Amino acid sequence: MSYKEKQKLLVVGNGMAAMRTIEHILSYQEAASTNFDITVVGAEPHGNYNRIMLSPVLAGEKHFSDIMLHTHEWYQNNNITLLAGKRVEQLDRAEKIATLDDGLVLHYDKLLLATGSDPFIIPVTGKELPGVLSYRTIEDVEEMQSIAKQHKHAVVIGAGVLGLEAAFGLQQQGMQVSVVHNAATIMNRQLDEKAACMLQQHLEGLGITFHLEKNSAACEGVERVEKLVFSDGEAIAADLVVMAVGVRANTLLAEKSGLACERGIVVDDYLCTDDDNVYAVGECVQHRGATYGLVAPLFEQAVVCAKNILGLSTEPYLGSQLYTSLKVTGVNLYSAGDFNGDESSESIIYDDPANQVYKKIVINNNRIIGLNLYGDISDAVWYQDLYQQKKDISGMREDMIFGKAFIADEAA
Amino acid sequence: MTSVVKTTCPYCGVGCGVDVAPLDENKTKNIINIAVEGDKSHPANLGRLCSKGSALGETIRYDGRLLQAKVKGEVVEWDKALDAVADGFENVIAEHGPDAVAFYVSGQLLTEDYYVANKLMKGFIGSANIDTNSRLCMSSAVAGYKRAFGSDTVPCNYEDIETCDLFIITGSNMAWTHPVLFQRLRQAKLDRPHMKVVVIDPRRTASCDIADLHLPLASGTDAYLFTGLLAYLKGNGALNQDFIDQCTENFSDVDIADFSIAALANDCALDADDLELFFSWFLQIERSITFYCMGINQSSSGSDKANAIINTYLATGRIGKPGMGPFSITGQPNAMGGREVGGLANQLAAHMDFANVEQRSDVETFWSAKNMAIADGLKAIDLFEAIDAGKVKAIWIMATNPIVSLPDADRMRQILKKCELVVVSECMENTDTTACADILLPATTWGEKDGTVTNSERRISRQRAFRAAPGEARNDWWIISEVAKRLGYNDEFNYTCSADIFREHAALSAYKNNGKRDFDLSGMVDISNAEYDALQPIQWPVKKAGQGTARMFTDGKFFTPSSKARFINVSPRKPKNKVNDEYPFILNTGRVRDHWHTMTRTGLAPRLSKHIIEPFAEIHPYDAEKFSLKQGQLLEINSHWGSMLARASITAEQQKGNVFVPMHWNDQFSYRGRADALVNPVVDPVSGQPEYKHTPVSIKAWQPSWYGFVLLRHEAGIGLTHDSYWSKANGGQFIRYEIAGTDAVDDWKKWLNDRISGTDKMDGLFYNDTKKSYYRAAYVQNNKLMACVFIAPSIDLPSRNWLAGLLAKDSITVKERKSLLAGRDSGNNFDPGETICSCFAVGENTIRHAIKTKGLTTPKDIGKCLKAGTNCGSCIPELQKLIAQEKAGLT
Ligand SMILES: Cc1cc2nc3c(=O)[nH]c(=O)nc-3n(C[C@H](O)[C@H](O)[C@H](O)COP(=O)(O)OP(=O)(O)OC[C@H]3O[C@@H](n4cnc5c(N)ncnc54)[C@H](O)[C@@H]3O)c2cc1C
Ligand code: SF4
Repeated sequence: MSYKEKQKLLVVGNGMAAMRTIEHILSYQEAASTNFDITVVGAEPHGNYNRIMLSPVLAGEKHFSDIMLHTHEWYQNNNITLLAGKRVEQLDRAEKIATLDDGLVLHYDKLLLATGSDPFIIPVTGKELPGVLSYRTIEDVEEMQSIAKQHKHAVVIGAGVLGLEAAFGLQQQGMQVSVVHNAATIMNRQLDEKAACMLQQHLEGLGITFHLEKNSAACEGVERVEKLVFSDGEAIAADLVVMAVGVRANTLLAEKSGLACERGIVVDDYLCTDDDNVYAVGECVQHRGATYGLVAPLFEQAVVCAKNILGLSTEPYLGSQLYTSLKVTGVNLYSAGDFNGDESSESIIYDDPANQVYKKIVINNNRIIGLNLYGDISDAVWYQDLYQQKKDISGMREDMIFGKAFIADEAA
Repeated sequence: MTSVVKTTCPYCGVGCGVDVAPLDENKTKNIINIAVEGDKSHPANLGRLCSKGSALGETIRYDGRLLQAKVKGEVVEWDKALDAVADGFENVIAEHGPDAVAFYVSGQLLTEDYYVANKLMKGFIGSANIDTNSRLCMSSAVAGYKRAFGSDTVPCNYEDIETCDLFIITGSNMAWTHPVLFQRLRQAKLDRPHMKVVVIDPRRTASCDIADLHLPLASGTDAYLFTGLLAYLKGNGALNQDFIDQCTENFSDVDIADFSIAALANDCALDADDLELFFSWFLQIERSITFYCMGINQSSSGSDKANAIINTYLATGRIGKPGMGPFSITGQPNAMGGREVGGLANQLAAHMDFANVEQRSDVETFWSAKNMAIADGLKAIDLFEAIDAGKVKAIWIMATNPIVSLPDADRMRQILKKCELVVVSECMENTDTTACADILLPATTWGEKDGTVTNSERRISRQRAFRAAPGEARNDWWIISEVAKRLGYNDEFNYTCSADIFREHAALSAYKNNGKRDFDLSGMVDISNAEYDALQPIQWPVKKAGQGTARMFTDGKFFTPSSKARFINVSPRKPKNKVNDEYPFILNTGRVRDHWHTMTRTGLAPRLSKHIIEPFAEIHPYDAEKFSLKQGQLLEINSHWGSMLARASITAEQQKGNVFVPMHWNDQFSYRGRADALVNPVVDPVSGQPEYKHTPVSIKAWQPSWYGFVLLRHEAGIGLTHDSYWSKANGGQFIRYEIAGTDAVDDWKKWLNDRISGTDKMDGLFYNDTKKSYYRAAYVQNNKLMACVFIAPSIDLPSRNWLAGLLAKDSITVKERKSLLAGRDSGNNFDPGETICSCFAVGENTIRHAIKTKGLTTPKDIGKCLKAGTNCGSCIPELQKLIAQEKAGLT
């Protein structure tokens, strides 16, 4: 075995994107000419946990320990230095030096930014009041759970995936939950009107109330938040306000250090920034104009990024096609692409209201361009494949809504 | 144990004996259960039954029956209805004379009903305007026999079919139309392999199954063939000169032209060798039967065709002996009975004629007739023309559906609508004809009626009742007699039971007969009620009690004044209307295996509605190609007289340039499915029988923008309101509709809610392809499939069978429900098991299966293969567990 160069890889951020990339680096390292000494700096004081599983934790279905992906021990076993609860404040790219919030200075050969994103906080008055939260970390979850023990009225602003998961979790924690949403239907970025209504009815059935087409104007309260006031003057009781109205890529550090940033840290098809020694991956990046807020794209990015860092040849990352599901127990839904369609597209729709099953496949030019599945997602993977592979479906058009099993050539 | 009632099948002219065991009845549930079996002791069938006979049990139902009298749509008491009929007829007669009224009756009536109707019209109203649907069926055969024998006598019997050596089927698809006789023939041929069967038919029908030779002659050329046969026999010295000399007359009148096989083959579009083979068989084989039916009769030269056939038998002396003769078969169960009572406008009664003054006065005396008709009345088509001309103003239709069955049927409907007074006696509430009625009289039907029928071998059998008449339904003879009494003929129509009528009928046949007339029941004149009830099937003439007559003309004597049979000089004629550029196809009409006439009864039987479910048009592949017509497509067929829609059935069994459509469908079962709307109103000048087998038509694809089908469970109590193409068939627990439309439908859900009431309140499943005009819906109640609808832009729709199977079940499974709108089972019975990866909905069994068959060892492998665990990853521990378990299981 030939001599391998040793280099220092510094990773900023200890989230899912960072750690998936590191896993790939570890597994491909043997084939590469470089070996890395890896240091991970993470602002959160834990190992890496599965952020998307926070909702089952909030709902009380899982414990924090269940969703730990990488424990402190794991880092030790893999000879990775983890500096948890610490933040990188400054970068000197010319010197390849990073400075931490506690003053520690780290030298690197290669730098990986995986700083994720920050929840968007609506700039309403009273947003700083105790009891007004966002939903991003295990700490947020713990705080919500402790408020739920003492208080009754929860308000979630934003009826997107995150908001509804929060609403469901809080409802499971025994709170009376209202969801406030500015659009006319919930999850309007992921569901068509019909699926949205079905979901809303289901959630209403659980006791969650909806205030649609409402804009929030202020959080009011003395010691802590007591009510949420809408722009039309109406107000609802709120002992807890969770803002789940979207995220913004966390570009703070990158911007400070002069890396090209727009809505995210700008990367090329190999997840490299405009500095050859600095890579970025995950929610913090902007690739070909797009930023992502789901794990699937960052998993796709991670493998390309890892190989690139290792100097291995790799396919480029060309962007991701998204799909959405919702982790609310008892709800199965799946959405992808252009789920509404337009004049030029066609839809195949299956509707079984009594069983709360609704499926819609949007088609253009004999290709699937969008999916909306509610109640029965058993063929979601297959549809997703057809969608991603842009497969011509004219031969199976009539039966495909009933599932793969009905298509002779496809049924395994 | 319930006792078995011996009766006869009410369908075709074979007249099979049927054993019926009534089981149970429950009116509220619309259940009438009977067990039906062939009567082993009945000589017509010896225990056999065909599909129609076997399904008789399915046709007795409560729903759809006409159970109360109605005048102008209002339910009335019998008294009132009968008064209305009598008053109506009386007024017309008073003002316009007796020839301004008419009866139009049916071979479905029993002899007793028929007798009373005939007597009332001809002896008391004073007109001979009583004609029957038998006019459409075998009046040419009657004319042929009468012209040749001086009487309407079928010389042969069914045993002859089994004992002949050459059986010639012409103008009959007996495999479908007279199935039990065909079964007997098939068996006979098996038992006696030397027996030859020849089928002469433009179509290659199911009857060709057992044929040694099929002669697909050009439509309408039968008389050329049989006159040619006579010439061939003469040319080959095969005539029976002794018989011709001693037992016949007018042979010298017959033009036997010079003749060549080649020229004849050309005329008939036949292969000359085949033709010669047939002729040589006929020449050599003495025991030969020519068995003929509508293909001969329903022609503008039907009577001549019958005589052309009969001539060949007279010329060879092949008559009156076992296994030979010209054998006309009737279509209806009691066409023969109708002939016996004189139920045709050109007959008087009991095989007597108006033309014979002596016979006329005999009948007048016998009946004590108050107003004896003196001349022939109007035959069916003329009768309707007379209504159109305003000459006939009141008509009483009994047990028949002329609006479907008459030629030029659309016009006939218009005519009937114009008639001042239309009385209809029916057992079914909704037929195309009842829709035109002013007065509706509820009649009994099979199973309730009691009397006699005569089959095609002159065999009189009892049709016996085995259940009480439902509702207000009454026997036809009672209804007619009640009207007669109201017209003032109390004593003459004071019958108390059908046996009373039968005795009078027998007495009339015997009246001054002395062997002068073929129809003679002198041996039954004194039959007691008990004897009548116990009557065994018997072939007339019956000159001594209990002694029937198997075969006629055994002594070479006939019923002409000279006692000699007559030759008729036949100059063959082509059908009246020729095909031309505008109407290039020859339309041929006929029966299908499992339906009877206008389907009022067979249409109720699921078993019978499965074989063929809608009107179809058989065309040759060559024509299909030429006119770009596709299998299963809907075709519009037009003639100068009307049009219909039918499903294309492309088959080489059809001749080029010909199209066959079934005669059965009507407005109750289909949209524009009435074949007879197309048929030319051309009749045979002698018999008045219409030319159903030859009408020039054009064919083109009918281009709907969508096709579909609807299955509705009866129990759901819903029906489809239809306004474009539809046809309907009974599927047992459900009704099946085939539909199609030219209109563009935007909102199918609404379209259906507007047409199938109540579905909006049911648990529904829907499928829709916005661009493709695909729409499907299924409706479920308590897990029971109640209805489903499938629409597509083309005829490519899922098979109805799987869904029909679900409609036969009381509940459906979860998996079946999921597959409902696919219209089929996926065939994949793999159960994916409990969901493990909920992001991608991957089940435990699917994962285990993949681990085993693909040798997966890590969650990553599973992810690559099934995607499981690659999104949130929370199932990875479970994946690991499954891998471990499978591994343990393997080692
Ligand atoms: C409640 C919840 C439910 C979700 N459910 C789903 C789901 O069902 N499906 C799905 O696909 N996605 C889901 N998501 C989104 C998904 O979790 C994110 O897309 C994913 O976690 C992004 O990973 P990341 O590594 O890019 O960012 P993050 O996981 O946010 O990691 C970034 C880390 O970097 C740290 N950091 C930032 N700046 C610095 C710095 N300067 N120095 C040191 N550390 C720093 C942050 O504290 C954070 O820990 C959910 C998110 C939430 C909050
Ligand atoms: S339809 Fe004719 S052949 Fe069939 S059972 Fe009835 S009488 Fe017999």
